[in-house]
Amino acid sequence: MTQQRTPGKPLPTPTSETQFYWDKCHQHELWVRRCKDCPVTYFYPRDMCPDCFSRNTEWIQSSGRGTLHTFGIVVRPPHRGWAEDVPFVVAMVDLEEGCRMPTNLVGVEADPADPAKTIRIGMSVELAWDDRTDEVSLPVFRPA
Amino acid sequence: MASISRAAAIVGAAESDELGYLENRKSDLQLSTEAAYNALEDAGLRKSDVDAIFAGGNTLGLAEHMGIHPRFTDSTQVGGSSFVIHAGHALAAIAAGYCEVALIVHGNNGHSRRFFGGGAGEGGGPSSPGGQFETPYGFIGAPINYAMACARYMHEFGEERCREAMSEVAVATRKWAALNPRALIHDPKAEIPLTMSFDDYHASRWICWPFHLLDCCLVTDAGGAYIVTTPERARDLKKPPIWILGAGEGHDHGMISQMPSLTSLIARETGPAAFKMAGVTHDDFDLAMIYDSFTYTVMLTLESLGFCGRGEAADFLRGQRTAPGGDFPMNTSGGGLSYTHPGAYGIFLILEAARQLWGEAGARQVPDCRLVMCHGTGGSLSSGGTAILARD
Ligand SMILES: [Zn+2]
Repeated sequence: MTQQRTPGKPLPTPTSETQFYWDKCHQHELWVRRCKDCPVTYFYPRDMCPDCFSRNTEWIQSSGRGTLHTFGIVVRPPHRGWAEDVPFVVAMVDLEEGCRMPTNLVGVEADPADPAKTIRIGMSVELAWDDRTDEVSLPVFRPA
Repeated sequence: MASISRAAAIVGAAESDELGYLENRKSDLQLSTEAAYNALEDAGLRKSDVDAIFAGGNTLGLAEHMGIHPRFTDSTQVGGSSFVIHAGHALAAIAAGYCEVALIVHGNNGHSRRFFGGGAGEGGGPSSPGGQFETPYGFIGAPINYAMACARYMHEFGEERCREAMSEVAVATRKWAALNPRALIHDPKAEIPLTMSFDDYHASRWICWPFHLLDCCLVTDAGGAYIVTTPERARDLKKPPIWILGAGEGHDHGMISQMPSLTSLIARETGPAAFKMAGVTHDDFDLAMIYDSFTYTVMLTLESLGFCGRGEAADFLRGQRTAPGGDFPMNTSGGGLSYTHPGAYGIFLILEAARQLWGEAGARQVPDCRLVMCHGTGGSLSSGGTAILARD
């Protein structure tokens, strides 16, 4: 039976386009999609290339390295799942494969009075994992 | 193709009977219907004259509630900008002969619904792209999504300059609100000082860094409606016609993480399209009504529309020039920041533009107001609609 370690936080429901992604996350691997007809690697995963609309696309494994594109320090809980869990850091990361993904930044001090103490846009980050349940692991990032 | 500029006019505009933090369980439908009734009365038209309805979704339910059987219907829902975009759609539909009297309406009990149910859905649910890739991380609600865009602006153009621009908008808008008797700023529960200082701004609590509480719009209960009709019918009605001179619309993403650039809005395309159609330029406007979901939305809109260059909002806004008495009047109602914002605010941009053009704005009247630009932004900085309005 599923053990919900952080009750109440919303969880993803995979579809046919994303089941592979979430299965790999369960194994603590991050995979993104690349187009074979144009030079685009994209996120979020979908079968057809959002740039050239080719069906000729594939999964590639991400190195898990990237840079911080932007972030926010959430102080007011946006949902009951985070009631005991603020402040926390929402973020977007530019993966070295060339796509941008939404995530959380962990291993930093979430201090709205002085964000720059531990968080700087452009800094190198690396993949980490937030095991939300026995079945669902979310890719998150920490300073590299 | 001939231009449809001036092929239709706004002839009535009104709010719901009451707006703000209501305690009487008014539904979206009731707030909408009150506004529609008041707008028709404002125009001197009857419900039976209406042959088209425009709303942000649920035109079926709204038309049923009001007993309207439209021959033209438009449920365009692209966020809070929808009701500015509807002005262009109504113009096109009337010019094409699909309808003669269009009701554009929006009502939302964004504040009180949390106390009696009927809450807004969480996007597309857990299998939608947002539900899978953003919501689990806490990307929930506009303040968080917009805050991340603002943080990127701070990185690209400087935190101090960005904060300066935000504070100018925050303070100037509250000065206008103080002059609007229907603005929520007059309700102590709004948590906005009636004479708000820059210190008040900087001291207000954090919602999501870099947004203070006073960077964020309200969530109220309110309805609004306006009526658009043909030039022929417009000339016979109670009020002078307000011509729709130009309109532009577009969107370039849905989720915030899919936004091509967090520091550039689709306004960069909708503005020039509307200006060209109207045959006007930046210096021509007497008033700018710009969707202020957040202070950042306003400064970014001004840049994307080309009122100033990218990264130059601080220079443009310095010295309270958008406040009462300034040389660039903006958001004279007090805006979504301090007048009303029931979840989607776009229709109230048009309402205030109309009041100003009719000379009905009381203590906040812009002298000799003849040409107004409205720009709405909706979704996660996703959609944009520009409408240029003028009186003769
Ligand atoms: Zn492609």
